[in-house]
Amino acid sequence: MTLMKIKFTFQKRVRLAQGLWLLSWAAMFSGVVVFSMGVFLKTELLRRSEVMHTDDIHVVPNLLMLVGLASVGINLCAGRICQDSMDVARFARWKTFLTPFFIGSLLFTTMLLVTMILSYALQSSLEESLKIGLKNGIRFYKDTDTPGRCFQKQTIDHLQMELQCCGNNNFRDWFEVQWINNRYLDFTCKEVKDRVRSNVDGRYLMDGVPFSCCNPASPRPCIQEHILDNTAHHNYDYQSEELNLYKRGCREALVSYYIGLMNTIGPGVLSVFMVQMSMLASLRYLQTAMVGVEAEDMEVETEGYILEKGLKETLEEAKENLKMLLHLNKGQVEDESAETEGDAEAGASE
Amino acid sequence: MAVLKVTFTKTKRDKLAQVLWVLNWVSVITGVTLFSLGLFLKVEILKRQEVMSDDIHPVPNMLIGVGLCACGINFLGGKICYDCVDTTKFLRWKLIMLPYIICTFFFTFCILVGALMCCFMHHELERSLYQGLHNAMRYYKDTDIPGRCYLKRTVDMLQLEFQCCGNGGYRDWFHIQWISNRYLDMSKSEVVDRLRSNIQGKYLMDSVPFSCCNTFSPRPCIQHQVTNNSAHHNYDYQTEELNLWQKGCRQALLEYYTNIMQSIAIIVITIWLFELFVLTGVRYLQTAMENVVQLGDPDSESDGWILENSLSETARYNFNVIKNLGKCCHVGDDPNIDVPSIDPGQNIQETGPSRQIPLPK
Repeated sequence: MTLMKIKFTFQKRVRLAQGLWLLSWAAMFSGVVVFSMGVFLKTELLRRSEVMHTDDIHVVPNLLMLVGLASVGINLCAGRICQDSMDVARFARWKTFLTPFFIGSLLFTTMLLVTMILSYALQSSLEESLKIGLKNGIRFYKDTDTPGRCFQKQTIDHLQMELQCCGNNNFRDWFEVQWINNRYLDFTCKEVKDRVRSNVDGRYLMDGVPFSCCNPASPRPCIQEHILDNTAHHNYDYQSEELNLYKRGCREALVSYYIGLMNTIGPGVLSVFMVQMSMLASLRYLQTAMVGVEAEDMEVETEGYILEKGLKETLEEAKENLKMLLHLNKGQVEDESAETEGDAEAGASE
Repeated sequence: MAVLKVTFTKTKRDKLAQVLWVLNWVSVITGVTLFSLGLFLKVEILKRQEVMSDDIHPVPNMLIGVGLCACGINFLGGKICYDCVDTTKFLRWKLIMLPYIICTFFFTFCILVGALMCCFMHHELERSLYQGLHNAMRYYKDTDIPGRCYLKRTVDMLQLEFQCCGNGGYRDWFHIQWISNRYLDMSKSEVVDRLRSNIQGKYLMDSVPFSCCNTFSPRPCIQHQVTNNSAHHNYDYQTEELNLWQKGCRQALLEYYTNIMQSIAIIVITIWLFELFVLTGVRYLQTAMENVVQLGDPDSESDGWILENSLSETARYNFNVIKNLGKCCHVGDDPNIDVPSIDPGQNIQETGPSRQIPLPK
């Protein structure tokens, strides 16, 4: 029971080949688009790599780039094949190559779907990675004299100003770390000593935030120190004041940015998948339709199908073939070892 | 003695016409480029309009106008060159071609003027920025007055984006009150003292807004009591360079716009040279085609030139033409007008040979 059989006249075959050639070029361009989307996503992830703890999410742009390149190659081949299909002699040389080509193309095309699924599945991993990365960034903010961490201050400041966010979850994260280096604290001053002694770890904690948390849209000059102290500032109530500092946490800002990116890329990848599958289906029809065509009689009517037998039967046949291949190999190895033993015995007896 | 005479065979003429047709279409694209450069400059200036006081729009408007004209002129030129392959079609354009060439020649000067304006806008721009920034900083605190309520945000974003502080430097902030009276506690003696310490009653201090902070500084930003070394541990404001942005916003913006305009000027001068080159080709084509028409045989060789006579002769000739045109207006002296000599007893005779004003070729 052939799967999705269609009859093809010569005219229909010619039209199929022409349509397929155009479709292969369209699919090639969409492959280029997928590649460039992968490159763009990777550069965006690398830009903020300093506040990311793990690299798990990078598998998504890497797969996109790989599939993009593969699809360009596949579609160039497909274009060539359908150009050659007009000439039976030239088409004959593709015959043995076509079935493995189909299997490979199907694999790469399903990888597109896999990439899309991964981009949703890895979102929690991204959030976790950002949480740890930002926590470390805030912790090492003050270490501008420690090699390896001296750019953390700059990174965090630029991040907060660019994404209009403050701290990990919100601005209160800054109250729990010492973000002023000891070099700039006057330990002879009583106030400083009291503050340092007031907590177990001996850190200089205060209800102040760096200047990069300041919101330029605030009508009043920025209040960065004594934020929770209403009496320290005239006409100020920290509980009702919303415009003074950025309300959003940087983790939330980054996660929503990247999710937004991947949600935009998702439909694009899906449409590329559709185009690629339709290209492969048309190529399969062309291949099977060309089977019945002889060099002398190009105008004969032939049949095209997706699968010669039903799906279940084809899968069983494939399993049998695979088993036979494995047995054949095993048998060959056994024969060879038997032969060498026989030779050795023959040699020994002589 | 023709200037830069070149002999053209029929095939050479045809090839010249075809090449010029393509080049004219390329010139249409360069006209579009000019237009978009003018538009880009206009948008950039409009973006920072709040910190500019004067109108420096003539420059981008000029580029936009010149770009549009260039598109039109070169489109017409392309049409003319396309028709020049055929002698009969050329006759349609014969009378228009010379005025077209003269107009285009003067138009290219407009392109050059556009480029030069870009180079010499520096002084005007600086003045405009100085005044604009001065006003913006003065009204920084007025976030409750309609019409000025966005200036604080504008100035803050400007200082953050261009990494600059104040007009000429950060000290400009020390001379103005940038904290609104709404946020000053007038009951405190310190505030009242500061207000009384100067004639105008302004709350002045040696502090700057947060947007002046330099992100590359290794220490947390010192915005308040900037010139007071004892207020901060291990701090010397005279040697400290990384704490605040050292550049003034006027200089930063000036550099930014100067860069843009220099690039635009280079592109416009290149386009001007290209236009002159195309115009030269069109002139050769025109003279060659006219000579062919004069000779009568469309397939014969003909000469093309820039000017029929040498430069000085042509200049003298045209000068005379202009002088005679001027004399036309004076009725008494014109020798062309028939003045019958009144002589008693004699017939009225015509005097003087009639002369025609020669038309330039």
